[in-house]
Amino acid sequence: MDQPATQFHPSRVKAAGAASPIAAALPYLALLLVGLAFPLFGGGYWGVIATRACIYWVLVSGLNLVVGFAGQIAIGWVALLTLGAYTTSVLVAGNVTPAFPPYLGLAVAAIVGAIFGLIVGLPALRLRTFYFAITTLGFATIVTQVALAWQSVTGGGVGVAGPVFPEPFDSQWSFYYFCFGLAAICTWMTANVAASRFGRALTAIRDAEVAAEASGIAKPALLAKVFMFSGAVAAVAGGLFASLQSYITPDAFTIDLSILFFIAILIGGRGSILGPLFGTILLTVLPEFAAPLVAWSTFLYAVLLLVIVLAIPGGIAEMLDFRNRRPLESDRAIVPRPDRLERLLGTAPDAGLLTLEQVALSFGGVRAIDGLDLEISPGQVHGLIGPNGSGKTTTLNVISGYYTQQSGAVRLNGADLPALARHRRAQMRIARTFQTPRIVGSASVLQNVMIGGTIDGQCSFVESLLALPRHRRDEARLRDTAMLALEAVGLERLAAVRADRLQHSELRFTEIARALMLRPAFLLLDEPAAGLSAEEIRRLGALLLAIARAGTGVLLVEHHADLIFDICHHVTVLNLGKILAAGTPAEIQSHREVVSAYLGG
Amino acid sequence: MIASIVSSGVAIGCIYALIGITYNVMFSASRVFSFTAGTLGMLGGVLGSLFISRMGMPVAIGLLLALAGGAVLGIVTEIVAVRPVLKSLDQHLYVLSTLALALMVQQFTAIEWGTDARPFPRLFDISRDGLDQQFWLPMLACAAVIVGLELLYRHTLIGRAFLAIAEDSYAARALGLPERRLRMASYALAGVIGTLAGFAGGEMLLAYFANAPMLTFYGFVPVALGGMGNNRGAVVAGLLLGLFQQAANFLVGGVFASVAVFTVFIIVLLARPEGLAGASLQRRV
Repeated sequence: MDQPATQFHPSRVKAAGAASPIAAALPYLALLLVGLAFPLFGGGYWGVIATRACIYWVLVSGLNLVVGFAGQIAIGWVALLTLGAYTTSVLVAGNVTPAFPPYLGLAVAAIVGAIFGLIVGLPALRLRTFYFAITTLGFATIVTQVALAWQSVTGGGVGVAGPVFPEPFDSQWSFYYFCFGLAAICTWMTANVAASRFGRALTAIRDAEVAAEASGIAKPALLAKVFMFSGAVAAVAGGLFASLQSYITPDAFTIDLSILFFIAILIGGRGSILGPLFGTILLTVLPEFAAPLVAWSTFLYAVLLLVIVLAIPGGIAEMLDFRNRRPLESDRAIVPRPDRLERLLGTAPDAGLLTLEQVALSFGGVRAIDGLDLEISPGQVHGLIGPNGSGKTTTLNVISGYYTQQSGAVRLNGADLPALARHRRAQMRIARTFQTPRIVGSASVLQNVMIGGTIDGQCSFVESLLALPRHRRDEARLRDTAMLALEAVGLERLAAVRADRLQHSELRFTEIARALMLRPAFLLLDEPAAGLSAEEIRRLGALLLAIARAGTGVLLVEHHADLIFDICHHVTVLNLGKILAAGTPAEIQSHREVVSAYLGG
Repeated sequence: MIASIVSSGVAIGCIYALIGITYNVMFSASRVFSFTAGTLGMLGGVLGSLFISRMGMPVAIGLLLALAGGAVLGIVTEIVAVRPVLKSLDQHLYVLSTLALALMVQQFTAIEWGTDARPFPRLFDISRDGLDQQFWLPMLACAAVIVGLELLYRHTLIGRAFLAIAEDSYAARALGLPERRLRMASYALAGVIGTLAGFAGGEMLLAYFANAPMLTFYGFVPVALGGMGNNRGAVVAGLLLGLFQQAANFLVGGVFASVAVFTVFIIVLLARPEGLAGASLQRRV
């Protein structure tokens, strides 16, 4: 169980809470040694238990990406185990086709598993949590029923013999090493993914979906890959399971097993590899120590699930996360360093103008925006002010694709922006922040910022799984850029800290750093000064001006009139979805209606 | 054959509809779907068989005790699995906490009651031609619940308070409605409806612990297709589901009926995630 290739680079991140790669790898190495040496002290029966734990982990490691990272409540994953077990057994037994060699059968099962993983998983793209949970549960029931009824193939209730793997994996311990090896490979692969842009994108989908979209993460494509991977390893686990059981019937695949897999992940902690690994071992071994309780094991798992959800939602991983319990300095100031922007943003090609022409949108009878004209130029800060409900955020949401205007046009350099294609805004280098910061609380500040650069990664999912060179280059580059962005906004010292430990103002600057990762041609900011101190607002102003000087067009939605008039080149005042006034800050400040209606002069 | 498809289809459809209504009553009070809905249905059958067959109680007493048991489970659900996680709705913890509670009850039943399907007593000692009581009992229960809920919601103060909470719990609280007590009352009511479904359908479904996940799934189909919180939609969709399932059962066999129901469910959901009736737009940004 190798150490993930891309942990924090110690020479670069020496901030509070950073883990050295060696310390991070220690638990894996310890498990690797214990696993390799296990046959020396374990008796025959314990060999079966250990083999079973390895097989379960092969499945759980993949499911962990679905449940723990992407946050999809797939509770019926035993269906994939069943499918893999029957596919391998039936192919190897040869009662439908000519008999397959066992390894080939296992490979075919992996392919079948990938396909069905995709089929079971895809509804997650359309359905909300409970709906998705129910559909996976329904699928699990159906698969067992089919296995029971399709007698000519599956043997029905009588069952079918599991595959026997030929030499060198035919004895108990050699088969154990085979399963252990696969488990180790799965650990290594999922740890690679977890530490890649794909892993970060998954946690973003889980905890901050709108931020994921704004960073250009295409949820369907990403989830499809993860479901296929998870389905494939689950089916492989099924083939191994059938071999370990030596004979399988539909009874072997109860929903209880599914619950075990699911709970192992939650006990371990979402977004962790090591936690669920320990969770799996714990849940596999525990019933062996409490023989009288075996009948009650599922009941106890359920109790455990309830306790975890109510008392320790972070699971083992969070309980063991001592680094993030050390207190942070209490008087830490955010000191942006705009001089870093030049290196970070480079010289972007001229993106042209971002223009809104006669844009109108109403919700029911309320005209949220009503014939709005707006022109945002590169290198300028454009202020958008107005009372609550005047359409400022709605305007921002139309530009970033959350709403579609009912009439009028939103154009970038003369071309219409595609309606509702939110994640494609990032490719056009339009970045945004949110009124309430959308952050992955359980990830580090650095990882949060790296999410912003997801679309600049070049390696594929498979390359990340195997930690191929392009994956490492991607990660190194993203990490460097993210550190640069953090230095630019003044948060580099917090890079390794869990984001949910930050103060509100620091979260706002984190969001700006994340948006800067896109090297945005246009940066849309939704009340970035809300909740900031006067000093922080001043620094924010200087930072935004520097961003504009680097060539980015900034659209600033704000209530702090001082900030607007200090830094904007152009100000538009909205009222009831219409433009009340537009012009330079000086013109607005002397505009009679604006002053009386809004500025309170 | 058509007659038996229709009678069993409508009867089983009524049970699904009632479980759907159980989901809805809990959902209206808390915006939460609970995995315990099907468990309540299972308990209706098990408790009925326990009280009447095994303990020999009169039918009326057995019914009352079973319903009381359901009400208790409803209240426990609210206290243990819903209230503690209501504040963190974003994380969807309720899916897990209600699943955990449902599993606990199901496993407890499996161990204490047994894993075999046991017979449910015939409630009325009558035998005459026409529709058998195992078919008309669920229909009667379904009709009674629909009429009862209609009367409750339209004509009583507490029913209107339920509606107020369902419509806008924040505003209802601001008006001084005791939201928490009303939520508990809703869960108790849901418990009664769920167990009534299982009790009335006891002869068809038997007293069997594995009815819990089955009803959790098939009872949710009417909710998903009829629209969340929409009881009329649930009844229509539940009846259609029952008829479709029984027809498929007779025509192509049980397993393929299940596969057909599941496939139709997924396809309809994917095409209309908001259900066949109703649409909602959530503000996310």
